Order: sequence, then structure tokens, then C-alpha cells
Amino acid sequence: MTDFNEKIDVEKKNSGQADINSVPFVEVEQPGPASLAEQAKGFWVTFSTMFKKNQTVQYPDVKAPTQPRFHGRHQLNRHPDGLEKCIGCELCAWACPADAIFVEGGNNTPGNQMSPGERHGAVYQINYLRCIFCGLCVEACPTRALTMTNEYELADDKREKLIFEKEDLLAPLRQGMLAPPHPMYPGMTDTNYYNGDVKESHPSQAEK
Amino acid sequence: MTTAQLLGNDPGWLIAVKALLVFIICVVSTLMAVWTERRVLAKMQLRTGPNRVGPAGLLQSLSDGVKLALKEDIIPAAADKVVFIIAPIIATAMCFMAFAVIPMTGVVSLFGHKTALQLTDLPVGVLYILAVTSIGVYGVVLAGWSSGSTYPLLGGLRSSAQVISYEVAMGLSLVAVFIYAGSMSTSDIVASQHQHIWNAVVLFPSFVIYVISMVGETNRAPFDLAEAEGELVGGFHTEYSSLKFALFFLAEYVNIIAVSALATTLFLGGYHALPGLGFTEQWLGGWFTFVWFLLKVNFFFFIFMWLRGSLPRLRYDQFMKFGWKVLIPVSLVWILIVATLRVLQQQNAPRIAITAFAAGVVIIVMAISSLFERSKQKIRTTELPEGETPNFPVPSLPNVQSINVSGGK
Repeated sequence: MTDFNEKIDVEKKNSGQADINSVPFVEVEQPGPASLAEQAKGFWVTFSTMFKKNQTVQYPDVKAPTQPRFHGRHQLNRHPDGLEKCIGCELCAWACPADAIFVEGGNNTPGNQMSPGERHGAVYQINYLRCIFCGLCVEACPTRALTMTNEYELADDKREKLIFEKEDLLAPLRQGMLAPPHPMYPGMTDTNYYNGDVKESHPSQAEK
Repeated sequence: MTTAQLLGNDPGWLIAVKALLVFIICVVSTLMAVWTERRVLAKMQLRTGPNRVGPAGLLQSLSDGVKLALKEDIIPAAADKVVFIIAPIIATAMCFMAFAVIPMTGVVSLFGHKTALQLTDLPVGVLYILAVTSIGVYGVVLAGWSSGSTYPLLGGLRSSAQVISYEVAMGLSLVAVFIYAGSMSTSDIVASQHQHIWNAVVLFPSFVIYVISMVGETNRAPFDLAEAEGELVGGFHTEYSSLKFALFFLAEYVNIIAVSALATTLFLGGYHALPGLGFTEQWLGGWFTFVWFLLKVNFFFFIFMWLRGSLPRLRYDQFMKFGWKVLIPVSLVWILIVATLRVLQQQNAPRIAITAFAAGVVIIVMAISSLFERSKQKIRTTELPEGETPNFPVPSLPNVQSINVSGGK
């Protein structure tokens, strides 16, 4: 591998130019004051701009849609039968560069089955005073439990209100979903859940 | 009957009513001016501007003013209390006083009295305006000094230096108007323009100098070095809050309207209609002249906004150089020319003599400007010296031909 400087040296020597240690002074063209007509052009810019359509979005009245992959508020997703996808592994919290996520895992017991498998996230908090919306937590999540929505209206008048709890972050229950805790789909393992074999809740899951 | 005689017949109560009217016009036009400026500047920057309070945001500046008045009034511990309070009062009062001699309408009937919307008519009205606006500078200087803080002091000094320098140019540009109109009374100057032609046409250089110096005089962009937000926080009013700040704000805008009104009066024919539209002056019992006056004042106010939207702020030394080395000499020469022409005219000199004088002036100006250009070119072509060898790497400099950056021979 040749050194960059060395290469230039060789090229200069070959072309017979002066030694590279002396940098020639290049006189830059100083245009000086332009003619009056030239200076008046600037005034025309501002004047003509007055008659152009303005770019203001009347925000609280008109909410312009974000880009589809805009990093907004987080969401904790559910499996199609309503069980939570979060398994309380804390990888999101470890990935977070701003230390905005706090997770505490809990055991799934037969009476308290929140997610497929052995563990669920018992406590899940995201501090939106710290969050920088980088999305590293989403990349770290092994079960695709954590994703981001396009919601950007995250201002509030109290600091406490900006620490979002699990209830604030959980996705709403959709058609065919049952609110956990409830048992897993009969005959399905957690692997089946991750492979997408569970399409909706089973009537037996609703029985307590 | 001249306007002075007309105003002399005013009973005392009518003078009081007119004083109130002038005050109301100043305050309301300030509110409207702030709104207009924000909307127009926004338009120039592809924005909308205030549009929430009232129809099209018209009440925005009113609500801002109320909010400002209700805010906590802080007097810094280091401030000189008495002067600190007096300063904004001086600044505001003087601006309003300047409006007293501005003729805003022709002959109208006000509560059954034949009069004109002009508080008083002094034989030296324009000098009076220059005098009171100069006293207004005290408000700025005292505010800067009494705040007991560095930035206001710097801002106050800059501001006063600026206003005083540009007042010289402004005064000189007015001299040509005095010579031409033969009077210093505002109403007489308006009348003389009505008889002949607008001063903006015959005294075009004076008009240009006045427009430039009125921007400098009112501390507005691109000459807003005194309140340069990026450098001096807010200039002389940095330490001011609440109603006292509101007074300075009011003073600034009334000042702008006052200089615009003066420009209208002295150069654009005052309250008279545009040439060819004279019949409109009889509409609404003569009150339509007030519309013409407002239109012309707004024309100047638009120039203020346009400048602010288009030009960056000048450096302080450039600004002073422009005022002292360009505006003042040019207006001095122009006054000489105008005075000579006037004397030639009054002594009924032959037309040939006047034409020859004008031609001579043109030739001399052209010769001087071409000499000036040549000397500039000479400076540009002078040889640049060889640079000394520095023992550290440096970028190439404009005053040396080449430099050794290696540190060796």
C-alpha cells in the first residue's frame, strides 16, 4: 500500500512541477461590489417570495402525516391471541444508549400467563425525558415485542407523566385477541407462537 | 388662508381632542405596524405569521402588549433607579411629540369646526422634529448607562453614536428641501409641493439620502447594530422588562412611523393625492386626504420591512464609514448644487447659465468617479511580497506570494 503523500510526490516529480513543500498562493477572484442592478436582485427575491404559497403547516389544526418509518412513541406488541410478546429479557434496556428503559422480568405461572413461554415483562418503563428515539431497543428485541409508532405528540406539563408504564405502551387489543393473563393456545408451544402458527385466540383460552 | 392661520382659530378643547387623536393614531398604528411587519416578513420567508388571535391575527400585538404590561417589572440591583425609570419615558414622549407638527389631512371639519388634522404648525416645524428626536436619544443613552450592565451600555453607546451620525446626514438632506420650498414649516412644504412637483422628484438625491438615514436613525435593519440580537442580547433595553420595555418598543415603532410621516410630508407631497387623482381629496368631506397620507406612510413602512427582509446587518465600522464618508459629503455637495441653482433661478439668470452649470456639475462628478475607479484598480495590481518562512504549517495568505509550509529551507 502506498502512502498518499508519497504518491503525490512521485506524480509531481514526474510532471516536473515545483517542490510540494512550497504551496503557491492562488489569488482568488475578489468580485467586489456588484452593480446596482445586480444588488437589486436580492430585493426581488424577497418581494417575489411574498406572492408564493407559504410552507407553514397549521400544526394543531392540520397534522401532517410523518414518514412511515418515523421514530415515534414505542409500542409493546401482542401475539394474535392477546398474549404479550415481551419476555422480560431486558435486552432493550441494555441496548439503550440513553438509559431510558427499565424492565423487570417475572415468571409466567399457570394462573398468571402473560406471554408464551416462561417469562414476561412484569415492569416495563420508558422514560421519554431520556429517550433519544434511536431505535436501538427495537433492533435489540428478540421477539419483536418492542416497535415504534408514528406518534410524536409527547409533550407534557409534568416530568412524571413522561415516564410511560407498560399500560401506556401496550398495543390495544384487536379483533380476536383476549386480554392476558390467559393460558397459551391449546397444543401450541412458545416456538409455535414465534413461528406465527397462532392466528387468533381459542375459545378455551377465555375460560378461567 | 394658510394652515397656520387655520389652526390658529382652534378653540382649546379642539386642540385637546386633536392631541388625543394624534396619540390614538400613533398607538393604533404601532399595533397595526407590528402586526403588518410580522405578517409581511413572514410572507417574505414563506411563512404565515401570527394568525391565531382575532381575525387573521390582527389582535396579536394587542394581546402581546397586554401580556407585556402584566409581566413582572424588574429593576436590577446595579441600576440607577431614577434614571432607569425616566429613560423609557423620555424615549416614548419624544417620539409622540414629533407627530405634533405632521399635517395628516387637508382642510376638514372636526366637530363642526373647520380645521386640519395637525396639532400645531410651527414656522420651524421640521427643525422642531429634529430637535425632539435628538432628545429621544437621551432615552437610549440613559437607559444604557443606568442599567448597570455591560451589554446595555455598549448598545446604548452604539445606538446614540448611530443616531447622532445619521441625524447629520438627515439634517443635511432636509436643507435642500428648505432651500427649495423656502420654508421650514411642514404645512408650507406640503403646499409648495402641491404647487410644483413632489420633492422626491426634483430633489431625488436628498430623497435617497433621507430614506437611508431614516433607517439608520431608527435603529432598524440593516442598521440595527445597537440591538444586534446576536451580539448585544438586546442592546440598550436588555435589562428592561414589563411596561418599561413596552415603552421602548412603542417608541421604536412610533419613531418609524414618525420618520415615515416626515418623509411623506417633505418628499411625497404629504396628504395630497397622487398627481391626476386630485378629485379624491374632496371625498368624505376632505377626510380622504388622511387615506392618502396613510398610504404614503405605509409605502415607507413597507420599505422598512423590505430592507429588514432582504439585507444582512452591517458591521459597525462599515456603517459609520458609510454615514460619515459617503452620506454626509454627498449631501454637502448636493446642497451646494441646489443652493447655486436656486440662487441662479431667483436672480433670473439666463437658462443657458443654469444648463451650463448643471452640465459642469455632471462632468465634474463623472471625472471624479472615474479617477476613483482608476486608483482602485492601481491598488489591485500592486505586486505582492514574498512571505517569510514560518516554522509551522499555515494556510496561504492574501498578502504573500507563497509560503514554505514544511518548516525546512
